[in-house]
Amino acid sequence: MDAVLLQILNGLDKGSAYALIALGLTLIFGTLGVVNFAHGALFMIGAFCSVTLQRLLTLSVETIDETQKDFLGNPLKVKTPYVENWFGPEMGQAIIDWSVPLAILFAIPVMLLIGFIMERGLIKHFYKRPHADQILVTFGLAIVLQEVVKYFYGANPIPTPAPDVFRGSFDFAPLLGLDTSLAYPYWRLVYFGFSTVIIAAVFAFLQFTTFGMVVRAGMADRETVGLLGIDIDRRFTIMFGIAAAVAGLAGVMYAPINSPNYHMGMDFLVLSFVVVVVGGMGSLPGAVLAGFLLGILESLASMNEIKNIIYGIDQIIIYVVAIVILLVRPRGLMGRRGVMEE
Amino acid sequence: MFGLEKRDTFLLGVVIVLTLFAPFILNPFPANSAMAQFNAGYPDLMQRFVIFGIFAIGFNILFGLTGYLSFGHAAFLGVGSYSAVWMFKLLSYNVVPALVLAVIMAGLFSALIGFISLRRSGIYFSILTLAFAQMSFNLAYSVLTPITNGETGLQIYTSDPQYLQSASAPAFPNLFGAAMNSSTTLFFGGWTFTFSVGYYFCAAFLILAFYLAIRIFRSPFGMMLRAVKSNQQRMNYTGLNTRPYTLAAFVISGMYAGLAGGLLAAMDPLAGAERMQWTASGEVVLMTILGGAGTLIGPVLGAGFIKYFENIFAKINDNVLHGWFAFMPDGIEDAMVAIIHPFVGKGWHLTLGLLFMLVVIFLPGGLVEGGQRLGRVFRRKDHNAGSVESDAAQQRSEAAE
Amino acid sequence: MAILEVKNVGKRFGGLQALSDVNLSVAENSVHAIIGPNGAGKSTLLNCLVGKLIPDTGSVMFDGQSVLGRKPYEINQMGISRVFQTPEIFGDLTVMENMLIPCLAKRDGAFQLNGWSRIVGQRDMIDKAEEMLRDMNMIDKRHMHAASMSRGDKRRLEIAMCLAQDPRLLLLDEPTAGMARADTNNTIDLLKQIKDERDITIAIIEHDMHVVFSLAERITVLAQGTPLVEDTPDRIKGHPKVREAYLGESQDAA
Repeated sequence: MDAVLLQILNGLDKGSAYALIALGLTLIFGTLGVVNFAHGALFMIGAFCSVTLQRLLTLSVETIDETQKDFLGNPLKVKTPYVENWFGPEMGQAIIDWSVPLAILFAIPVMLLIGFIMERGLIKHFYKRPHADQILVTFGLAIVLQEVVKYFYGANPIPTPAPDVFRGSFDFAPLLGLDTSLAYPYWRLVYFGFSTVIIAAVFAFLQFTTFGMVVRAGMADRETVGLLGIDIDRRFTIMFGIAAAVAGLAGVMYAPINSPNYHMGMDFLVLSFVVVVVGGMGSLPGAVLAGFLLGILESLASMNEIKNIIYGIDQIIIYVVAIVILLVRPRGLMGRRGVMEE
Repeated sequence: MFGLEKRDTFLLGVVIVLTLFAPFILNPFPANSAMAQFNAGYPDLMQRFVIFGIFAIGFNILFGLTGYLSFGHAAFLGVGSYSAVWMFKLLSYNVVPALVLAVIMAGLFSALIGFISLRRSGIYFSILTLAFAQMSFNLAYSVLTPITNGETGLQIYTSDPQYLQSASAPAFPNLFGAAMNSSTTLFFGGWTFTFSVGYYFCAAFLILAFYLAIRIFRSPFGMMLRAVKSNQQRMNYTGLNTRPYTLAAFVISGMYAGLAGGLLAAMDPLAGAERMQWTASGEVVLMTILGGAGTLIGPVLGAGFIKYFENIFAKINDNVLHGWFAFMPDGIEDAMVAIIHPFVGKGWHLTLGLLFMLVVIFLPGGLVEGGQRLGRVFRRKDHNAGSVESDAAQQRSEAAE
Repeated sequence: MAILEVKNVGKRFGGLQALSDVNLSVAENSVHAIIGPNGAGKSTLLNCLVGKLIPDTGSVMFDGQSVLGRKPYEINQMGISRVFQTPEIFGDLTVMENMLIPCLAKRDGAFQLNGWSRIVGQRDMIDKAEEMLRDMNMIDKRHMHAASMSRGDKRRLEIAMCLAQDPRLLLLDEPTAGMARADTNNTIDLLKQIKDERDITIAIIEHDMHVVFSLAERITVLAQGTPLVEDTPDRIKGHPKVREAYLGESQDAA
């Protein structure tokens, strides 16, 4: 039982990432009608925002410390990060230690900007082109983005630690009255909480603001809203930026869980598409639900008890689910009838 | 000739001449000249040209004609490779049974996947094929290790039975004794030309594959496939069942992919799961689009173009770049090298991605359309160009509007 | 002798009863028009005839056989061709190819894997297609891309494609919707010519009274998903119920 619980918990963080990426994909598909194969790359760029900020914060000035000698007896060269010089050693250390959460602040404007540029510079011109062309051009963009990142950051994963306070694990066992230990890393809890907040924020934004109302109306029937004389295009541009930011934030906070590498976006993209399809193309709650469900399902399938019954099921479970859903219930778990059913 | 229209016979002739004389055409520079790095006339690379040409020709029958964008065709290539290697392991190094099984297995596999995936169209179809391919890749990588040898890849060991292998036959894939890796080299002045058995074997298949593609394009069946792309509703209300048409196109393209996979294994008898990864599927999409989807010659051009530049670009390092710009003042030389550096060598994929975007944005008809536009600039009226080629390109640009 | 027999057909979409208890009988070799105000269920009824929708109740018999549960392509192969409100043609193909496809569908059936034979080798089909294009005065356009033609020509081509299949029943869904007066008159003349020259039954759904009264031999008036009255054009014109339900609000159209 506790093993199952642990797997469910383990599925949550991956599920959170799926949910956030799928949420953005759905927003873009629902509003702009564009299938964005570069969305995984946005997630990846978000993760590299963490890496970048960490590097920026640890930029150091080299000084010669006469009081210390190295083993040859020469004065020791000491690297001091600028932030330590500016804010004092303790504060500076704390800032560096908290670089991943701080990267959220850094990533929001960066991702919004990337989103705006992408939409205005490229996606805009593909609204009326066939879906195949949209897929192809965003696929090309995804390659370009990941190669650019690879050029600047190299091909190897870059460890990006979480703040010290979150290094340990939380033991759920006493809480649930279990005898065994049920250790779960703090950072994953943070990630889950963070994702929930972002998801709630997106839904609240769509639900309670006029802007969100117009966007929702646009998702339901773009032409009619256009006829009302509302400048829907500008709002959709902003929506694209928000979707990019959501994917980016998912990436920022994921960096400590999985050291960022340049192809992590592609790995997540395929699965996120599956999530979108399972949830129902165009359904935001569906995307979130399916994200968590599939994350947990994947995690459960990797339990030895299950793998012993069906060998290798953990490798294919998500795809099997997606294929069955597509064939049996093409509109997905929560999709509206008639949306892309053909 | 061969039941072809004049312009198609001409096109086929061009392909035959190009493939047969490729060892000369692709080696225009003397072997020890500075330009020799741009030579592509060595067997390994030429084999990849034609094999991926076959793959792309087949993919084009599905995507170019019916408009169904599959992101999973690498799976069939992989199945072809695995089947061929198994025939080498079990029977002998003779390539005939290996290729036969490769095509049959890929055909069966694509019939299964096509039957399921084609129940949906548009992006759902693309995502379904993507899911299937990724699933196949995962299976090949882990669960099916007894068949695929997992991460290591399937290869031939001396302990393999090879029941039909005779003692005198070469210990390498061969066609009734003619080993695929054997070649003769012709030295002519400073030039070196290599003629490899493997290359000509593949080239024969490319010509055959191209001929079959022309026949399909010009047949009522091919016309029906274009009709599927154009208007499925009208198809249905004209008494035509679109499902078997698309499935047939899917299986045919799957068999082409299987043949290409089998040939890859015949040139180098091993097969790995990475051949099935979806990035590999993306590559064949790229080739087809780059060359010109829906045109006959486009996919062949696209495959050649990508494989050539992949190879050449990978070889260009900073030393080569400095050599090129040596005539410039030092500062400018360094700047030029710094600018170009990200796009060459290991940065080839960046160039590829950019190129791909540019083609999709500005030249949806691919190289063929580009060539026609150039042709139109230079000649006022174009009497010669295959009208179907220009038709397809025109359709793409019209659809884009 | 009725070629198309619709009995007690009903269709419901959620809370909306789109059709209820529709009875309709179309006599062979006649021109039968179905008219009615917007939302009367005309299109729903048509979609039930061609297999796009399956009615909840009732039966649809074509030439003594039920069409219910059959796919659109099967129903087409039985001899029902449909012309759409906005012309549905193969825009990416040439006019000639557009004509060849129905000819081949008629000869070879719903699917034929003839990847080896050549289009240019199908002499009899090409002749048939050319003859039809000549009949339609479109022979000079045969190499054009269908998508690049005018709307009137597209409509003409679509009708030609349907006729190339020698259908027993031709269904037209508002064939002159959105057309200029001249194009409308051309289409009326074309349909009159078809009616005179061929053994064919035509069922037409139309909004434009001018078209209806120039063509139809019998008219069914549909209102709120159910037939109000069925009679000859002359009597329909004077029918008080019809005036009230339909003509009253669009007298100038008639």
